[in-house]
Amino acid sequence: MEAPQYNTAIVRSFVHWSILWGVVAILVGILISFQLVNPDLNIAPYLTYGRLRPIHTNAGIFGWGIGSFFALFYYMVQRLCRTPLWSDGLAKFQLYFFNATIIAAAVTLALGYTTSKEYHELEWPIDIMVVVLWVVFAINIIMTIIKRKEEQMYISLWFMLASIVGVAVLYLVNAAEVPVSLFKSYSAYAGTNDANVQWWFGHNAVAMVLTAPPLAVFYYFLPKSTGVPIYSHRLSIVAFWSLIFMYLWTGAHHLLWTPVPDWVQTLAMAFSVMLIAPSWGSVFNGYLSMGGQWHQMRENYLVKFLILGITFYGLQTLQGPLQAVRSFSAFIHYTDWVPGHVHMGTLGWVSLVLFAAFYYLAPRIYGRELYSIPLANLHFWLVLIGQLVYSVSMWIAGVQQAGMWHSMNPDGSLAYSFMETLIEMYPYYWVRAFSGLIYIAGVAVFVYNLFMTARQGKPAGGKAAVGA
Amino acid sequence: MWEKKPVLLLLMATATILVGTLVTMVLPFAWVNTEADRIETVTPYTPLEQEGRDVYIREGCNNCHTQTVRPLVAEVLRYGDYSKSGEFVYDRPFLWGSRRTGPDLARIGGKYPDAWHYQHMSAPTSMVPRSNMPAYAFLNENQVDPGYTRRKMEVLGFPYSEEQIAALEGKTEMDAMVAYLQKLGSDIPWREAARTTLVGDLSNPYQGDSSVLDEGGRLYGQHCASCHGADFEGSDIAPDLQDVDMADAELYELLYNGIPDGGMPAFSTLGSDRVWKLVNFVKYHKRH
Repeated sequence: MEAPQYNTAIVRSFVHWSILWGVVAILVGILISFQLVNPDLNIAPYLTYGRLRPIHTNAGIFGWGIGSFFALFYYMVQRLCRTPLWSDGLAKFQLYFFNATIIAAAVTLALGYTTSKEYHELEWPIDIMVVVLWVVFAINIIMTIIKRKEEQMYISLWFMLASIVGVAVLYLVNAAEVPVSLFKSYSAYAGTNDANVQWWFGHNAVAMVLTAPPLAVFYYFLPKSTGVPIYSHRLSIVAFWSLIFMYLWTGAHHLLWTPVPDWVQTLAMAFSVMLIAPSWGSVFNGYLSMGGQWHQMRENYLVKFLILGITFYGLQTLQGPLQAVRSFSAFIHYTDWVPGHVHMGTLGWVSLVLFAAFYYLAPRIYGRELYSIPLANLHFWLVLIGQLVYSVSMWIAGVQQAGMWHSMNPDGSLAYSFMETLIEMYPYYWVRAFSGLIYIAGVAVFVYNLFMTARQGKPAGGKAAVGA
Repeated sequence: MWEKKPVLLLLMATATILVGTLVTMVLPFAWVNTEADRIETVTPYTPLEQEGRDVYIREGCNNCHTQTVRPLVAEVLRYGDYSKSGEFVYDRPFLWGSRRTGPDLARIGGKYPDAWHYQHMSAPTSMVPRSNMPAYAFLNENQVDPGYTRRKMEVLGFPYSEEQIAALEGKTEMDAMVAYLQKLGSDIPWREAARTTLVGDLSNPYQGDSSVLDEGGRLYGQHCASCHGADFEGSDIAPDLQDVDMADAELYELLYNGIPDGGMPAFSTLGSDRVWKLVNFVKYHKRH
């Protein structure tokens, strides 16, 4: 049978651009982490913390995260459907438009054009660019799936489709705003309603951007890397539907103890706790797929990335529901615990899975074997250590900070002024900044390894060897 | 079956995510910002305040400062009365934030005099020595555009008068920012309600006890010196204290409750013991 002509060029381009935006995200992250200990690094007005922080998150979530998913979805969808992309032209347009959008986002945020809504800071003209981008992407993926030659849709395709529709609904509703000028608008919702809509978006962006797509990637690349199938098809069905059902109830757990109606907070808390089950469904499915294959943890560096990745997902989806319990939230919300949590998700779960997928792709997009597996292992250890140092130091910092905020003297007065609590954070902020340097060292090794693969790797014979 | 029909899967997935959406996101519109949570004293922003709010948004202040006080003991003590839904009906967008690198600002209005804010915004470390807040001195150099502000007021449907718009002429973004900060949390008379009446004889427990002077001096340095001067000499913000001539009890009451109209913060959060130590330190200085 003649192999279909898959479009590899578009995958390669998206891989390169997403890595570039990922590096930008980390560099900005490192700069703002040093700004927290040295305010003189705030070069007013364009490079102050308040303006750079959204650039950090947007470059990370949308440049690195979504850019990688574009690459990997286009890779997976062709193979899972055994058909070429529906439109190569549209995909190419999407690549240019994606980069134009990210650049426009970075420039406007630095200039101070922002709606201030977390993870949705972009002003309305760029919102429109994002919508065009998403529609183009959705059409290409959906049409490719419709024209597929494989009757069954594999799990990864369900997660892709759910992400596509989920992001569309979330983004459109939260973006509703009234323009004042080209770069200024006011939200269509006010006060408590605005907050509730925003966190319905904010938390479910985690579901539809940082959970479903990496799961799609994980479910595809784990069996590809290990050479054995996923443990249970039925478990993945149950986990998928319950995950996308439950997630949407939980946004208000970011708003516990605020003026949002009490019953909304309670529902958010209850569903957050229940969400452990579908999340861990995927974690167990991943682990059980390794039955009899655990020796690959030693022999196959891809498996190390994937299994550590899903482990961080498991930890993340245990920590998240705990944070959604009102009494615990009263303690750690607003503290440095939360950045510790978020970075375990983004650096630990999402990025480790993406690194594995990109290593798997390297021989297939460059036609050459990976330049160096020892360097890939070095990359693994550096990013793991960087992420752990970051998260653990922020957890400790958060607990200490919360403890000091809530401490009271026997006569009912506060034990510490706010500044006293901030001063105690400086040592942790130093640790955080240096953990970022460790992490980016790992990413530098990764970039070097890919670069050398493209330049000097041994030609891969026919089909690239699986895994090691 | 749906595993073979992508369009069906799309429709089912959409329906699935809409269930929780309808209940927790759409339904609350029936309760929130209705008559039920309306507070009469809450007013829309004036043109200058609105301009300040937009500067606050532009600079991403919400990345470090929250604007919701939770109903938790330590929080109400530190920041003031907890936040109520009706206070935010004119907030487009909301600015509750999610991280407290700096303190909550929901109740900052009226806590300090304007002069404090001007100096603090221009050079935060001049007022709070180990602060890590960026300096916003450049706000002094940018002027507000009255025509643009008028347009914003129209889009938001907020009332404004031509005098207010005319008065914007020559105002800087710093003026607007300070006006906004002074409005925050001052729409409900919570400070008046929180004011304590100290009854009975207030007697100084440390009368003549010089061992508390070190502690008093440290407290003075931390909480008072940036406004009243390291040597009680005063500043643009607060008067000098070299001529303070008050009875211990009177001084105690003043420190404990602050001077709401004069912009002096209340130091009741320090607790009675530490306020007495401060009283002793100030009085001791006066005697020497």
